[in-house]
Amino acid sequence: MSGTTGTWPLVRLALRRDRVILPIWIVVLSVIPGSTVSAYEKLYPTVAAKASLNAGTGSNPSVAVLYGPAFDLSTPGGWSAWRYGSFLALFIALFAIFTVTRHTRAEEDSGRLELLGSAVVGRYAALTAGVIVAGASSLLIGVLIAAGMTGAGLPIAGAFTMGLTIAGTGLVFTAIAGVTAQLTEYSRSANGLATTVLGVAFLLRALGDSTPSASWVSWLSPLAWPQQAKPFVADDWWVFLLAVGAAIAVASIAYQLVPRRDIGAGLFASRPGPATAAKSLSSPLGLAWRLQRGSLLGWTVAVVVMGAMFGAIADGIGGLVGDSEQVKQIMERMGGTQGLVDAYLSAIVGLFGMLSAVYAVQAGLRTRSEETATHAESVLATGVSRIRWAGSHLVFAIVGPAVLLAASGLAAGLAHGLRSGDLGHQLTHTLAAAMAQLPAVWVVAGIAALLYGIWPALAVAGSWTVVAVSVLLALYGPVIGLTQAVLDVSPFVHVPKLQPGTTFTATPLLWLTGVALVAVVAGLTTFRRRDIG
Amino acid sequence: MTTAISVSGLVKTFGRTRALDGLDLTVRTGEVHGFLGPNGAGKSTTIRVLLGLLRADSGSATVLGGDPWRDATELHRRLAYVPGDVSLWPNLSGGEVIDLLGRLRGGLDQRRRDELLERFDLDPRKKGRTYSKGNRQKVALVAALASDVDLLVLDEPTSGLDPLMESVFQDCVREERDRGRTVLLSSHILAEVETLCDRVSIIRAGKTVETGTLADLRHLTRTSISAELATPPNGIAALPGVHDLVVEGNRVKFDVDTRELDVALRALVESGVRSLTSQPPTLEELFLRHYQDDQVGVR
Repeated sequence: MSGTTGTWPLVRLALRRDRVILPIWIVVLSVIPGSTVSAYEKLYPTVAAKASLNAGTGSNPSVAVLYGPAFDLSTPGGWSAWRYGSFLALFIALFAIFTVTRHTRAEEDSGRLELLGSAVVGRYAALTAGVIVAGASSLLIGVLIAAGMTGAGLPIAGAFTMGLTIAGTGLVFTAIAGVTAQLTEYSRSANGLATTVLGVAFLLRALGDSTPSASWVSWLSPLAWPQQAKPFVADDWWVFLLAVGAAIAVASIAYQLVPRRDIGAGLFASRPGPATAAKSLSSPLGLAWRLQRGSLLGWTVAVVVMGAMFGAIADGIGGLVGDSEQVKQIMERMGGTQGLVDAYLSAIVGLFGMLSAVYAVQAGLRTRSEETATHAESVLATGVSRIRWAGSHLVFAIVGPAVLLAASGLAAGLAHGLRSGDLGHQLTHTLAAAMAQLPAVWVVAGIAALLYGIWPALAVAGSWTVVAVSVLLALYGPVIGLTQAVLDVSPFVHVPKLQPGTTFTATPLLWLTGVALVAVVAGLTTFRRRDIG
Repeated sequence: MTTAISVSGLVKTFGRTRALDGLDLTVRTGEVHGFLGPNGAGKSTTIRVLLGLLRADSGSATVLGGDPWRDATELHRRLAYVPGDVSLWPNLSGGEVIDLLGRLRGGLDQRRRDELLERFDLDPRKKGRTYSKGNRQKVALVAALASDVDLLVLDEPTSGLDPLMESVFQDCVREERDRGRTVLLSSHILAEVETLCDRVSIIRAGKTVETGTLADLRHLTRTSISAELATPPNGIAALPGVHDLVVEGNRVKFDVDTRELDVALRALVESGVRSLTSQPPTLEELFLRHYQDDQVGVR
């Protein structure tokens, strides 16, 4: 029996299990760029409008930190590549990570692979099947992106450069997830490890893209490659080969690791634990803390590092704008150099708000994973009420984002304040701007809690959809010209910007908090009335 | 209070599946009650209703004098539950889980905990992930048995234990009964129920089909006999309670109602027994024999 015997049945099993989610990922990721090309001409109908966009946005670091570098915004292709390059790269990476982990480590974690492993299945079959499913889907997404953009009338060379380099990022993260799946025992930590790599890649891209003097840093990040290939501008299609090479190199590490460990075990062996429980492990909250503290700590460290890095470069933003007269005029309208720095900081805290929402949903959905793993049953059969049990996990979805936003706001404010020599004002200003995101994050967390109460089977998919829709509407809705009524669906759209020139109003914060509160209460009430399991 | 659990006409449906179909169950205070049925009969569903994890569609249930749905939290302080498929938190050690569950129930007898760990030969330092199925079950059993509660609800608690540990478990259950605790023990293994239980309820397809002491239920059991005799058997076919008789020369195979066993064996001895094997019937066979005809008749 060769090491990959049984791969095809496993691929078919994976496709069968993912028959709903896989097509959704593929369709959503591949239709977006092609279907929004026409928005460009509507938004920027005149040559002057295109030039102004190119000059103003193209050189604005506060935009580049979120969306990546703009090489040429005077054509619909160049605009699409800038607008969607980094976002599609990020999401195809997430897709690859979740898909590979689900069909490798998660299967082992649950013990199902052992059942299969006793059948005629080679040692490398599960890894190979996961890699094939995620890799082939990535390539399919890339080709569909290219086809969609060609269909929308864009040059074929640019369309394929963009599509294939995005697929390339998917391949690289397929390989990375293949490695992390070998390292740890639990699918949760395998996903955590791979998304940490993704976070580092995002940070490198954001730093490189918003710091022209160090733009080479972007090349260290596979997330930046689709944009660095300059689709529709230079069409450096060889970047795809770079990605394929990197993917093969990383994947070969995963294959080296497989024979070095037992099935079910990770490379990081688990140590024995204490024979008795500590005093803190006496309540549902103590248990939730024990289960969630690692994740909260990891997220906090990550946002502090990001905040400090972004904060440290904020003060230099104004000097990077270039010196064309037109740009200066646009910048003046935005409030001068200070206005640019504020816009940059505002973009950064907006990003932290969205990241906190991802954390909040992940923490809140722990209720669901505890329930499906029948851990909830063991606790609820003791003298713990349902509200107390669910509440002890939801606390992390509610207080956790506050911790993250405070930590990121403090780190960014401190770094920026120290650099600009205006610590007192910048620290409070940045911290306040970060905390203003909290009610919007709570709305997302609240909806997750509500879904968990009424519709547990769909809570996971539904909550992540809410996160994705909220984030995408806030980030991309305005650019593709969606109406305000549609944009208003996203809670992040309602967060007041703490910028000079705009009057701050607390009203949206109050009603966002109100919406979140109602959702959480409704979620807990329905949870109390439904069946467990 | 003389009844610990009282259930009547319980109905629970999941979509189109009718998991419980008018189930009745009475468990007297201080007894070990066997809750017997083939896989999928509705044992776990009943237990989950009794724990307030599921809400019954109709029918009534009382546990320790309270409503299992409404008074769940108060009742749970007075009972301990061992699920059929114990799933532990992968990064918590067995000792931590025992302490946690005990504390959440309102306290753990430390001496009893240590004694039980010893008797079940369980290492409390291992992480949840590294335990085998049997050891996971031991963790839940120790946590339940060391808790100071009135009622133990055990859902197929021995399915992963080896015979040695099974006998330790049986000793523990007897001790619990001697302390005056009530035990509801669900199982699909007839022998286990026979050795431990004072009374038994048998359920099938969500309905209670028999309930009573084991002596009451003797008429349900049949023993399979296969023997090699010195001379061809004589007159066995005419004996009461003998079924499915096959005679091949000096060999004979048949099933006999357990209460007629004595008569049948006497008849065999008259022909001279060279070898004899007897097999107690499995519960599934029993159900097939006794109830399948009824089911067909109803439909």
